Amino acid sequence: MSARLEAVDLCCVRGDRRLFEQVGFRLEAGELLHVTGPNGAGKTTLLRMVCGLVRPEDGEVRWEGEPIRALGEEYLRHVTYLGHLNALKDELTPSENLRAGGTLDGSDTADERVDDALERMGLKGLDGVPAKVLSQGQKRRTALARLLISASPLWVLDEPFNALDRGAVETVREAVAGHIAKGGLALLTTHQEVPIAAGTVRSLALGT
Amino acid sequence: MTGPLQAVGWVVRRDLTLALRRRADVLTSLFFFVIVVSLFPLGVGPEMATLRTMGPGVVWVAALLASMLSLGRLFALDYLDGTLEQMLVAPYPLALLVLGKVGAHWLASGLPLVLIAPFLGLQFGLAASSLKVLMAALLLGTPTLSLLGAIGAALTLGLRGGGVLLALLVLPLYVPVLIFGAGAVESHAAGLGAQGHLSLLAAFLVLAAVFTPWATAVALRISLD
Repeated sequence: MSARLEAVDLCCVRGDRRLFEQVGFRLEAGELLHVTGPNGAGKTTLLRMVCGLVRPEDGEVRWEGEPIRALGEEYLRHVTYLGHLNALKDELTPSENLRAGGTLDGSDTADERVDDALERMGLKGLDGVPAKVLSQGQKRRTALARLLISASPLWVLDEPFNALDRGAVETVREAVAGHIAKGGLALLTTHQEVPIAAGTVRSLALGT
Repeated sequence: MTGPLQAVGWVVRRDLTLALRRRADVLTSLFFFVIVVSLFPLGVGPEMATLRTMGPGVVWVAALLASMLSLGRLFALDYLDGTLEQMLVAPYPLALLVLGKVGAHWLASGLPLVLIAPFLGLQFGLAASSLKVLMAALLLGTPTLSLLGAIGAALTLGLRGGGVLLALLVLPLYVPVLIFGAGAVESHAAGLGAQGHLSLLAAFLVLAAVFTPWATAVALRISLD
C-alpha cells in the first residue's frame, strides 16, 4: 500500500466558537497519528472531518493528493470509522451486528472471518443473544471486532479503548499494531497512554 | 467487496429483520390506522349515503396520519445508535441506501395498511369494485408518502419536538397524493373510471422514487454535520 492522507490548514467552527484553526498533518503508509487534547478541544470533530462527516470551515483533507470531497465514495472505500457510538442494533446478535457493520464498511463478511473476529474479541459464547443484554464492554468489543475483518487501509478510531478491560485493550492494540505493520494508516484519540509498538507514531495536540 | 445494489438489498433485509423483532412498533401504527378509520362510522352515524361519500377520504387521511406516525422512527434509531454515521461513511451512494431504508419502511408499515384497507372500507359500505380501486390507489400512493416523508424525517433528526415539526413539514407535501388517491375512488364510483387518477399517482411515485432519495441524502448530511 502506498497511501497518503493529508490535512491542510483545517479550521473548525462550532456554533460561534472556533474549535481549532490551521491544523494540518501528513500521514503515510505505516504511520499512526495519536490525536491528543483536553475535552472539548475538537478531537472527535477532527476525526469526523477526516471521514467527511463534518465539512471544515476552511482547509481540506486530501487522500493521495486528491480532496476527499471530490473523491466521495472512492475515498470512503478506504476508510473504516469507529466513532463514540457503537453502531450496534439492540435486537441483533453480535454476529449479525458484525456482519451488518462489515457489509456497510465494504468488508468481506464470510462466516469464518466473522466467527474468527468474534472469537478473538472474546465474544465466542455470546452468539445467539441480542446485543441489548450485553455489557458496555462487550458492546464495545463487538463494535471493535469490525476492525478485525476490515480491509481498509485507513482506520479512524475515536476512543477505541473506552469501556474495555485489559485483555481487550491488548487485543485492540495488537490489531492496530498489526494494521500499521502491514502498511496501514491509523488515526486515533485516547486519553489512555497506549504505546503501540509498530511503525511511526506521530502525535497531534489540539487545544494547546 | 459488495456492490451497491447488494448493499441496498442488505439494508432492506436488515431493516425488515429489525421490524420483525420490534413488531410492537409496526403494530401500533397499523392499529392507529384501524382505530381512526373505525371512529368515523361511529361518530357520523349509520347514514349509508354519507358514509359512502366520505369513506375513501377518511381511509386516505388516516393512512396519511399513520404513515406520519411511523416516519419518526425511520432514521431516529439509526441516528441515536451510530448506524447512520456508518451509512454516511460507507462506500456506497447514500441515496441508494436511503432508498433501501425507505423501501423497507414501506414494506413494514405501508404495505400492511394497503392490505387491511378493504376490510375497513366495508364499514363505509363501499362496493367491491370501489374497494379494488381504493387498494390500487393506496398501493401506488403510500410508497410516495414514505419517500416524501423521509425528507422531513431526515431534516428533523435530533431536534426537540421534531414530531410536530415533521407533521408541519410533511403533511402539506402529502396533499396531491391525498387528492388523487381519494379522487380515484370517487371518480370510479361516479362511473368516470379511475384510470387517470391512478396514472397520476404512479407518475408521482416514479418522480418521488427518482428525486427524493437525493434530497433525503443531502438532508441527512446536514443533520449529521
